[in-house]
Amino acid sequence: MATESEEPVGFDASESNELEIVGHLETRRKFIKQVAGTSAALAIGPRLVGSASPDQVTPMTTPAGPRDSVKVNLRVNGKSHALDVDPRMTLLDALRERLQLTGSKKGCDHGQCGACTVLVNGRRINSCLTLAVMHEGDEITTIEGLARGDELHPLQTAFIEHDGFQCGYCTPGQICSAVALLQEGHANSDDEIREWMSGNICRCGAYPNILAAIKEAKTKGRA
Amino acid sequence: MNPFTYSRAADADQAVTAVSGKPESKFLGGGTNLIDLMKMGVERPNELIDINRLPLGQIEELPDKGVRIGALARNSDLAEHELIKTRYPVLSQALLSGASPQLRNMATVGGNLMQRTRCYYFYDPGFPACNKRKPGSGCGALDGYNRIHAVLGQSEQCIATNPSDMCVALAALDAVVRVRGPDGERQIAFVDFHRLPGDTPERDTNLRPDELITAVDLPAMPFAARSHYLKLRDRASYAFALVSVAAALDLGSNHKINAARVALGGIAHKPWRANAAEKELVGQEANENTFRAAAEAELAPAKGYKYNSFKIELAKRAIVHALSNVAAMG
Repeated sequence: MATESEEPVGFDASESNELEIVGHLETRRKFIKQVAGTSAALAIGPRLVGSASPDQVTPMTTPAGPRDSVKVNLRVNGKSHALDVDPRMTLLDALRERLQLTGSKKGCDHGQCGACTVLVNGRRINSCLTLAVMHEGDEITTIEGLARGDELHPLQTAFIEHDGFQCGYCTPGQICSAVALLQEGHANSDDEIREWMSGNICRCGAYPNILAAIKEAKTKGRA
Repeated sequence: MNPFTYSRAADADQAVTAVSGKPESKFLGGGTNLIDLMKMGVERPNELIDINRLPLGQIEELPDKGVRIGALARNSDLAEHELIKTRYPVLSQALLSGASPQLRNMATVGGNLMQRTRCYYFYDPGFPACNKRKPGSGCGALDGYNRIHAVLGQSEQCIATNPSDMCVALAALDAVVRVRGPDGERQIAFVDFHRLPGDTPERDTNLRPDELITAVDLPAMPFAARSHYLKLRDRASYAFALVSVAAALDLGSNHKINAARVALGGIAHKPWRANAAEKELVGQEANENTFRAAAEAELAPAKGYKYNSFKIELAKRAIVHALSNVAAMG
């Protein structure tokens, strides 16, 4: 399949008014032609043009059944990753299964528990309810990207100091969510912190300690 | 999840053209409801048109002092916007009472309007009967566990409720939905946007399949600065409403009600504009007796089922409570 990545990327302006089709049910060969033919004159999404350039094409793995994979360039924790993904792949699955960033957790997989919380362009979202292909060029930060070398993020330190967990499964989501919470400025009282952390469920019930950790991190900040 | 074609639209016309004549295609906004429903197998589009890069995210003041909200404005941005917090606090409160901070960062205004019901029988294809999911199959909720279901405006075909908080506020605020289709733009009064189930519960809204929501307009309503959203639910946070009330009052001298806006959530197939209650309120003195009379009038036609009859009295008390809160504002 690697040879298909050598498909020439020639631009045909005559198709420039068409939708930019980045993934569909037909063959990969046709897919590349259509991307190539339609991305040249895009008014938006210049990063997409970049991702379609031949030198960034990653050899394709076996396609899943009759479907095509889609090219997407994910910037995660400061590093770019050119991926071919099934259009159905969520951002969470791309992080965990393709980039081996298994810190973000799959809890409910329906946006109800918050274990999959990551930061996209600085804002917290549920990575289980968004498709990887929707995040071309976005800056994604996961729990793995919070520490600076060996120096933990103040929230990570505070969670350890205050025992902000038992089993730890919800913790990466809790911490990512709390990082955003402090940036949003909604940590001004215990009640406000509880309300604005309500999208992160902890089945061990470590809430009092999570609250204490967030309050301490708010006071200390990042050096 | 079924396989689908994924593409991105660069402008609204392109997006509309892309879905024209293709009933199996859908627009993809924040994805918080659509992707979930696709995981459940309830929605099975064969084509998704990603509209997230369309320039429809603005929130701006209109010449008449109203506000135009772009369809792609995120729920969190709308809730925190100064124009909304000061002129339409009921809308900001409704938004912040819904979902979680993460979901509000993803969810768009247009997508919020298109949210589908959270009726268990609809959401899980394991249940064979659901007229909304599979017309003609029956209603599993009618004789099933119907605690979260409708008490006003329902039919024998469907007793599902609309899950949105934002839409309850928009119904009270006389909002107008702007949509674009193959023949250009048209406007839909908010109260006419969503439908009652009748014999066609599979249709949630009056939006045509090839139309794209581009914006929601809020008319100038100075007295909406005195407004409030009350949400009652099973948990303190992060739960759908059992009953909610959006309320605004225009109070004159001697606490006389010049105008009132009341809408209810959690009790009907659409955000429920409480016309009967408003009629009772106008011209009366703002006090608990007046509010109770308005609540009684609105809920007079209500019909409960085995597990949701509590909603009727709950809705009445919620109306009184919300209006009392508004009247007490300085």
